[in-house]
Amino acid sequence: MYPAALPQRPAWIRGAYVAVVLALLALWLLPLAGITLASLRSADELNRGDWWGWPRDTHLVENYRAVLAGSPLLRLTLNSLLVTVPAVVATVLIAAMAGFALAKHRFPGARVLLMLFVAGNLVPAQVLMIPVRDLMIALHLYDTRVALVLFHTSFQTGFATLFMHNFIRELPDSVLDAARMEGASELAVFRRVVVPLVHPAMAAIAVLVFTFVWNDFFWSLVLVQSDAIRPLTAGLQALRGMYQTTWHLLCAASLLAALPPVAMFFFMQKHLIAGLTRVEREL
Amino acid sequence: MRVRAGAARAVAKRTRHAGLGTVVLLAPACVLFSLFVLYPILRTVALSLYDWDGVGARDFVGLDNYFELFADPVFATALANNVRWLACYLVAPLAGLAFALLLNQRLAGMRAVRALFFMPFVVSQVVVGLIFGWFFHSRYGLFDRLLQFAGLPPLAPLDSETWSLYTMIVAGLWPQTAYCMILYLAGLAAMPGDVVDAARVDGAHGLALLRRVVLPQLRPVQFIVAMVCAVAALRSFDYVMIMTLGGPYDSSTVLAYYMYEQTFGNLRYGYGAAIAVVLLALMSGIIGLLLWRLFRREGA
Repeated sequence: MYPAALPQRPAWIRGAYVAVVLALLALWLLPLAGITLASLRSADELNRGDWWGWPRDTHLVENYRAVLAGSPLLRLTLNSLLVTVPAVVATVLIAAMAGFALAKHRFPGARVLLMLFVAGNLVPAQVLMIPVRDLMIALHLYDTRVALVLFHTSFQTGFATLFMHNFIRELPDSVLDAARMEGASELAVFRRVVVPLVHPAMAAIAVLVFTFVWNDFFWSLVLVQSDAIRPLTAGLQALRGMYQTTWHLLCAASLLAALPPVAMFFFMQKHLIAGLTRVEREL
Repeated sequence: MRVRAGAARAVAKRTRHAGLGTVVLLAPACVLFSLFVLYPILRTVALSLYDWDGVGARDFVGLDNYFELFADPVFATALANNVRWLACYLVAPLAGLAFALLLNQRLAGMRAVRALFFMPFVVSQVVVGLIFGWFFHSRYGLFDRLLQFAGLPPLAPLDSETWSLYTMIVAGLWPQTAYCMILYLAGLAAMPGDVVDAARVDGAHGLALLRRVVLPQLRPVQFIVAMVCAVAALRSFDYVMIMTLGGPYDSSTVLAYYMYEQTFGNLRYGYGAAIAVVLLALMSGIIGLLLWRLFRREGA
């Protein structure tokens, strides 16, 4: 282990270590603490330029009620969920299917296909922007949730397929062959054997895809324009214009926008980190 | 028993090769990927050869968009800013490694501490941009207050042609450092302990141990960290849109934002497509390197 393990050091070194880590952590999260404090202030205090001291009297309930009831924030959150959840489910399913075929079926071009999937996922969004938007207009899907779900699923499938492929490849062939001998079709093998065995990997990629899709801003600008559909990230930008002088509300809204991925991360920490670092082990 | 083994071999032979099942399994991924990723790439390349306002007729202009691009001072600024962004992102691996070394301890509660350090990475770039926009705000921002507190004149960096780019880079470094940290932590955890122990027995310690033994062991992580930072530096659209809109006077624009602005702001779709192609060319180098690395070992 590097650096040397602390439990073998004297107690005062351990104490100093904990103090340094906690101080650094406080500094590191100061930006989040800043908007948390700002979201509790009154408009008066902020307009006087009093941003950084301790709030004189907190307006927690008041401010958050205004954000939830008086602004489109609840609807924006719902919009984000209605795009993110279907996209995550579809991506994980489609990627697991493709990953299974690429890992366990031999056919020419399998490797090239996998490389294409990976490469496509790194292409800058701007390279796809004009044709994807035109395509959605032609399909009469522009400014609908379906457009966002369809695009996110297509784009995220690339990376997710590589991820699932690497897990499924490690399953022993004998387990699959046993099911096949009982006459199961490949789809049945996928559903009854592969999916139960790679469940943890599917959870890991689901957390990652959730974070990416929830946090997407660019495609929410490009594929959607009406308030009824606009997801939270794009909505925040619109809110900024609305709340020019009432920044405490925008701060509260930002915190609420950050909450789902952070909560997701804390509950699924092991899965997310496994997901992020898995690829690195492949390299 | 022999019959059963024979059947197993037959099954194996049948299914290790592609059949209808393969097609069914692959079809959704292939159809979606072709339609919304592959086809758009080719179409953008084709569009870059046209003059088009997005609605009317398209005029074929050959390479004219590219000739115009290379004489366009804003394009030069955008390209230079992307290079600056990339150079400054080198801080992320350094700081990330320092954090990882600091936090690579097995004490009670360390898992939670590591998670808190990692948190900026899962926060949306829009929120990060908003936070740092306030931090650097010329009227309310804490940044200028700190300068004043230190007896320095206020800088109002968001209004400055020199500094506005760097406000966004600082914002971007926050989550990017967290990401590098987590990659290094995973690398450190996966490192075989006996290598380090053996080096310790041989008398190596401190920075020498880090340089001679630990960093060489982390080579694969170093590679992925470099890739991740390079890709992130080219994906800087969100911060520009939220914090500076490329201003003041296009001084902080980047290729991704300039492409968007030309396409939807000036309705120059062909010109925008040409900028996108340049962006694709830059990314292709990174993509090529990554694929080569990723599939080299599977090649045999």
